Amino acid sequence: MTERTLAVVSAGLSQPSSTRLLADKLATATVARLADEGITTTVLTYELRDYAQDIMNNMLTGFANPRLEEMIEAVTAADGLIAVTPIFTTSYSGLFKTFFDVIDNRSLTDQPVLIGATAGTPRHSLALDYALRPMFTYLHAVVVPTAVFAASEDWGTGDGGRVDSRVQTLPARIERAAGELSALVARSARSSRVQDPFELPAGFNPAGMFPPR
Amino acid sequence: MQFGIFTVGDLTTDPTTGQTPTEHARIKAMLTIAQKVEEVGLDVFATGEHHNPPFVPSSPTTMLGYIAAKTERIILSTATTLITTSDPVKIAEDFAMLQHVADGRVDLTLGRGNTGPVYPWFGQDIRQGIPLALENYALLRRLWREDFVDWEGQFRTPLQGFQSTPRPLDGVPPFVWHGSIRSPEIAEQAAYYGDGFFSNHIFWPASHTAKMVKYYRNRFEHYGHGTAAQAMVGLGGQVFMRKNSQDAKRDFRPYFDNAPVYGNGPSMEEFTSQTPLTVGSPQEVIDRTLGFRDYVGDYQRQLWLMDHAGLPLKTVLEQLDLLGEEVVPVLRKEFAKNRPANVPDGPTHESLVLAAAQAPAAAASVGRDDLDTSAAIAPHRRANGAAFGLAGAGTIGA
Repeated sequence: MTERTLAVVSAGLSQPSSTRLLADKLATATVARLADEGITTTVLTYELRDYAQDIMNNMLTGFANPRLEEMIEAVTAADGLIAVTPIFTTSYSGLFKTFFDVIDNRSLTDQPVLIGATAGTPRHSLALDYALRPMFTYLHAVVVPTAVFAASEDWGTGDGGRVDSRVQTLPARIERAAGELSALVARSARSSRVQDPFELPAGFNPAGMFPPR
Repeated sequence: MQFGIFTVGDLTTDPTTGQTPTEHARIKAMLTIAQKVEEVGLDVFATGEHHNPPFVPSSPTTMLGYIAAKTERIILSTATTLITTSDPVKIAEDFAMLQHVADGRVDLTLGRGNTGPVYPWFGQDIRQGIPLALENYALLRRLWREDFVDWEGQFRTPLQGFQSTPRPLDGVPPFVWHGSIRSPEIAEQAAYYGDGFFSNHIFWPASHTAKMVKYYRNRFEHYGHGTAAQAMVGLGGQVFMRKNSQDAKRDFRPYFDNAPVYGNGPSMEEFTSQTPLTVGSPQEVIDRTLGFRDYVGDYQRQLWLMDHAGLPLKTVLEQLDLLGEEVVPVLRKEFAKNRPANVPDGPTHESLVLAAAQAPAAAASVGRDDLDTSAAIAPHRRANGAAFGLAGAGTIGA
């Protein structure tokens, strides 16, 4: 049986949270796609609110406490990541950004990532492409083409009986994004890779990088 | 085992009085603290190096030269000397001069520095921090070990027939520790040369220090300097004591809560549980410090940060009295217990002179051709060539 791990990071604040709801829907759809290919997926879901103090302490002290460190290791070692934030003041929430600020900026390299966001109005939907996508590109993650945005009104639209079939509904967008992510997760060996924190750069010479003369 | 203190040299407002010392008062306080280190029977005083406010020690050998004249016994050291932005030629000269002034009571800890603007202020690029540390130190070693140096590198103007003066006292360069919080490259560098590795230790969880020291020890053995247990390890530490544990917590809390490094972050209780910071009675400090050995092995040097976060001089001197009277005598006795005989003591000028005198004979007796400490130029020709495939590496001192 092939196994994969999928990390889900949600920066929703309220209880219940539409951000978490979207994150769960994306995870469920991705797990179903992977199951179609005979892959069993372990989903690890983290609400950043639960780690808010730890994240800010890390920002101030420079190190993660044991609880946060365990969570960061689980997220960065997963075969895929679903990252969902509410849009605050036209961008990701500060808590969401702070989490990605405190992790090592090399730790998401090559990781398949599906980004999602929620807001009260569809006018914020481009925040996914001008804020979240560039951030993950900077981190050298592989962000799937479809990013999923859910405005309040999306929660009241179904996938059948629409007059205008040119408009993709939320369930359809979730399905397409899940298909894109699951294809990358299926091929990932990330969670079984052994990480060597002491790995030296290729060509490293302790006597200096410049050939001595 | 050597015990001492290291100072950052920060000008920090005392949160309990609102008073900020003048630069002059702070510098004088550091000089007083250094002399107190000798008076209470500790072994090492080390100063930081900074080139921006609110820090005062920009010229460590000036300060250490004064302390040399006022003391007779303690080792004068640094924590750290900036190997990235300082010219290695000037480091070679300054510390050789200090060696003569202090009759050998000198060593130094090299660090890269993490203040971004300092690099461009000194004509360097912080993104080159590691290559700078490697190349500058490679040159520094040669300047101390070869009378005339021809040299060309990536970062500094070339040298032809340059002689650094004065030559090191008794022909033995000062011992070098390499300090790093999280760069394996620096632990590797320390191991490669058989130099010491100093782990800042404070501000970070012990588990992290344990991994870094273990890596350094294994690489020290790999490069043929001895067993992993014989590698030279120094640790930082941070304590605040009162006779009574509750008094210590009460008196230190305002300083903790407002300290530049961790203020407004985790609580003092969280921070003391997650890092080596110990706030309590002398006995608690003894127990915690003895515990360091459990995760780094028998080590050579323990330095504490005592004069930070705006603590007034009077308080710092009281802390040093407690260290000297109640803590260090017990630690000396306890650390000596079960310490294997082949684990070296902390390095001194005398121990290095002795080692240099014995080295050629020892090297010959085991038939080693890659450990030529009489020339002491390219200590690991064979290991280096094999590990890195660089023909040039073997020609460093040839």
